[in-house]
Amino acid sequence: MTAVIEIRDLHKYFGDLEVLKGIDFQVEEGEVVCIIGPSGSGKSTLLRCVNRLEEATLGTILIEGDDITDPDADVDSLRTRIGMVFQQFNLFPHLNVIQNLTVAQTKVLKRSKKEAEQVAHDVLERVGLLDKINEYPIRLSGGQQQRVAIARALAMNPDMMLFDEPTSALDPELVGEVLDVMRQLARDGMTMMVVTHEMGFALEVSDRVVFMDDGVVVEEGPPAVVLREPKTERAQRFLRMVTDK
Amino acid sequence: MALKLRQRQRLFRWLMYAIAIVVVVLAILLGDWERIGFNFFNLEVMADMFPEVLTIAARNTILYTLMSFAIGLVGALALALMKLSSIAPYRAFAIAYIELFRGLPALITLILIGFGIPIAFQGIRIPGGRVGAGVIGLSIVAAAYMAETIRAGIEAVPRGQTEAARSLGMSSNRTMFTIVLPQAFRIIIPPLTNEMVLLIKDTSLFFVLGTTPLTKELTKFARDFMIEIRNATPLTVAALVYLAITLPLTWLVRKLEKRAAMSR
Repeated sequence: MTAVIEIRDLHKYFGDLEVLKGIDFQVEEGEVVCIIGPSGSGKSTLLRCVNRLEEATLGTILIEGDDITDPDADVDSLRTRIGMVFQQFNLFPHLNVIQNLTVAQTKVLKRSKKEAEQVAHDVLERVGLLDKINEYPIRLSGGQQQRVAIARALAMNPDMMLFDEPTSALDPELVGEVLDVMRQLARDGMTMMVVTHEMGFALEVSDRVVFMDDGVVVEEGPPAVVLREPKTERAQRFLRMVTDK
Repeated sequence: MALKLRQRQRLFRWLMYAIAIVVVVLAILLGDWERIGFNFFNLEVMADMFPEVLTIAARNTILYTLMSFAIGLVGALALALMKLSSIAPYRAFAIAYIELFRGLPALITLILIGFGIPIAFQGIRIPGGRVGAGVIGLSIVAAAYMAETIRAGIEAVPRGQTEAARSLGMSSNRTMFTIVLPQAFRIIIPPLTNEMVLLIKDTSLFFVLGTTPLTKELTKFARDFMIEIRNATPLTVAALVYLAITLPLTWLVRKLEKRAAMSR
């Protein structure tokens, strides 16, 4: 079986600054991997390299066996297999909810308007926002916006989902509803790579936790092990800081 | 005797009022109001100008403005995209064009299109004759100004919008036209409306290309009327018609800007 995401010796420089210093790891089908670590550790950059929003400086990333770092790769088509959810939601403010969900389906996947709307209905139901179908994003709460953003990614029927700190921009009382949707998604067998500060979510939902610091993977393993009995001093210090909060 | 600060301020204030009153009284006493009324607010002359001042002059002014604005907008969009292009020669062309036509008087560009080109290239005929030359000339100038506005609008759309669209598999062109530009244009409607107000006034330059009775715009119409009847009232009428067109537009801009500021 090939890994859904396979990262080999990934290096990333911003100018002279090396933010990723040789990352190797794989995500298997249906696996939920949470990436944790202090800010500036390179976890978001790693995630953004996976769908090539950032260009890898060195190394390869295989998406279901296809090399997305290859300059000749059909990035647009590869990206349709990779859903992405951003910290700032990034819904299209000039489009209403249903249009947010159908625009890429019709323009990229060439689905008919009717089919795209059917799919949009289905995914909105999954995130519990069918009643907001005609609202504009500005009228929705942060939690609702993020759930629409998840639905928008799901409408493309991706094989995997990337989450870049999906709850960090939310008011505390809205975090739960987004995590609930993600939890359900994990239960349905979606392959997920999640950059998060939600240790409870990581512990409960993920199959594996990756602790990054200073551009390298410091420690990885089952969530109970990495989060409860970290072996490295760096991971211990980080976890002490986040649990003290 | 030293006055207190507050007393000095009050004295100064009264002095200012006194000056204003003296000036108004002098103007009323010394002004030749009969002559001013006859020459600038002559109802007979005003009546004579209708309906042509509206059916020909104002209509032409609006028509020339709209045509120049439409063509200029298309050119401006192309220039803005060139200026943001990753291909250096396109960027260089856009920068050169914008700097050139913003740096020249619009009159020069109009003369260039209306006379310079036809003199240099005898075979070339500008479509639409003199009006066509005027519209093309103004479009060229308007494109230069609006290109910068559009570029600023594109850059004002948050980067996350592009990233979200690209992550859904949209190409960079598709992203620009379906996600970025619709948002950019919303941002720049007020400045674009301002550009239109400037264009309305710039159509008064069309006279330099020569006109027929049917192609006169407001300024030329009023000027010819004034010279013919040796009375300045047509200028007053033209001014009022210009204001009737531009004031609602500037009012609209203010309203749109206020609304944009509130939604932020």
